[in-house]
Amino acid sequence: MTVSSSDLTVDGVTLSAGARRLVQDISLTARPGEVVGLVGPNGSGKSSLLRAVYRVLRPDSGTVRVDGDDAWSLPVRRLARTVAAVVQDGAADFDLAVREVVAMGRTPHKRLLDGDTAEDTRIVESCLASVDAADLADRPFDRLSGGERQRVLVARALAQRPSLLVLDEPTNHLDIRHQLQVLGILRALPATVLVALHDLNLAAYYCDRLYVLSEGLVTASGPPAEVLTPGLLGEVYGVAGEVTPHPRTGAPQVVFLPEERVPAGSA
Amino acid sequence: MTATAASPATTRQDSKVSDEQPRSGRSFALTLSVLAVLLVVSATAAVAIGSVRVPPGQVWGIVTHAVGLDWADPVWSRARETIVLDVRAPRVLLGAVTGAGLAVVGTAMQALVRNPLAEPYLLGVSSGASLGAVVVIVFGVTLFGAVSLPLSAFLGALATLLLVYATARAGGRVTSVRLVLSGVAIAAVLTALMNVLLLISERGNEARAVLAWTLGGLGGVNWGTLWLPAVALALGIGVLLVQARSLNLLLAGEEAATTMGLDVARFRARMFVLLSLVTGVLVAAAGPIGFVGLILPHLVRLFVGGDHRRVLPTAALAGAVFLIWADVAARTVAAPMEIPVGVLTALCGGPFFLWLMRRDARRKTEEGVA
Repeated sequence: MTVSSSDLTVDGVTLSAGARRLVQDISLTARPGEVVGLVGPNGSGKSSLLRAVYRVLRPDSGTVRVDGDDAWSLPVRRLARTVAAVVQDGAADFDLAVREVVAMGRTPHKRLLDGDTAEDTRIVESCLASVDAADLADRPFDRLSGGERQRVLVARALAQRPSLLVLDEPTNHLDIRHQLQVLGILRALPATVLVALHDLNLAAYYCDRLYVLSEGLVTASGPPAEVLTPGLLGEVYGVAGEVTPHPRTGAPQVVFLPEERVPAGSA
Repeated sequence: MTATAASPATTRQDSKVSDEQPRSGRSFALTLSVLAVLLVVSATAAVAIGSVRVPPGQVWGIVTHAVGLDWADPVWSRARETIVLDVRAPRVLLGAVTGAGLAVVGTAMQALVRNPLAEPYLLGVSSGASLGAVVVIVFGVTLFGAVSLPLSAFLGALATLLLVYATARAGGRVTSVRLVLSGVAIAAVLTALMNVLLLISERGNEARAVLAWTLGGLGGVNWGTLWLPAVALALGIGVLLVQARSLNLLLAGEEAATTMGLDVARFRARMFVLLSLVTGVLVAAAGPIGFVGLILPHLVRLFVGGDHRRVLPTAALAGAVFLIWADVAARTVAAPMEIPVGVLTALCGGPFFLWLMRRDARRKTEEGVA
């Protein structure tokens, strides 16, 4: 088992739900080891695009290639050994312990009747520890708080030992400390990461490159400092804002200016 | 995170050590052993109890004698031997097989539709199977010989399961409310159809017999009709155990299951066929017996957790024990009259269902997603 990083190439993907177009002709790349962020307002198509990558929403046209292989032609299980995801999908009401939930991540590496090995146990425990959740191991999953659940789901994805990790708003429900922690983990992974994020400042700090989606189209892409501009904030989000390099981190920092409080003459 | 790769050799070596899962492993083995003992004791007692009481020792004497072991002197009467071997033993075995089968089907169904209230009877699947069986009886179909009845029950079960699932599913989700309501509504229609068939049928006596059967009962079974339910159960448990990991993945949600390597649509379709097959065969043999598939899986999860590798075998044993005793009660509480066992399981199951529903509502309120 090796932990490596994959190359993701999304080429001209169009997605729809029934008659409704979700995203239109989107192309995107993530090179091995990169952390690529998807940002954009709600309903801009971030989740849909991610779902096409983790093989839940089939593109009408276009291709999703992981290391050159068409993700939609590979067997589901084969893809799951390379691509893991943290998705927005509620869990049902069943009594699984946290360690059992994380152990699920080992499934694509198992044949039908394989038992859990000591190696699996070790991986599960190290993944739990890496999201600061080792003490939750024996707790029932459905009694955890939203933030605890989210960290456990990240641990489960890590347990798959993916070389491409896809995450849909992984910082939802997390308090600030754990937001930073989870993104820090993603940053440190050898795997390629594609992550949809709400918070532009977190995206700017943790991602190598950003794609900005708006109404199903890519509006801008590139390094955060090039992409995040007051013009873009106005165009995509419909808000006024200032972007300045942070004095210590150097990452672009976005401050929104609610319209009624914009000082006269500054717009 | 330090992601060090271990050599395959260590992995294989260590696999023995970890088979003794620290926490749940031991209690699982204990639970299984206790239930296995309980099953043997229950089966013995159930054969012994009845209008003619047979001492438990003699039960085993008769049984071992019948299979050619001379462990006990044959001091019993011929009539007693008939009661044990030809009347009670097959009935108790059918009870065990049916109870195990329904519990296992209920367990899997709850994972497949991702809803804790799923169960063959509540979802109308048993009614579909009954209608299928009644069609064969009323119209005297004998196209496929002895398996016409179970075959038709299987097809009725499968059609109903697909219909209920399709009706309850909207936007990729199956809510409890829609699931149970569509199950109830479809079951009502199917039961009405079945009653019409029975009323217009010219075979008056048969209709009465069928009516009794639709309440669920284990009477009238013999060795010749026992093998099919037993084979269906063995097949069902075997396949489900092999697929236990995949059932576990479904607990995480359909999308998440896909990302962990499960082809959800294909898997669910195959499992629906399997569950309908088991349900159809069991209903053809014992009538629609409700709530076993609801009560047992949930009780068992309290003891062994939610992992299907543990829930399935435990639920099978517990379901067998449960239905054996339910049938003993059915035979004895109003003796010499016999209460249909399905009536008794509904008496226990209805309140259990309500409790489960309230518990889920409470949990959802606590989470603020009511």
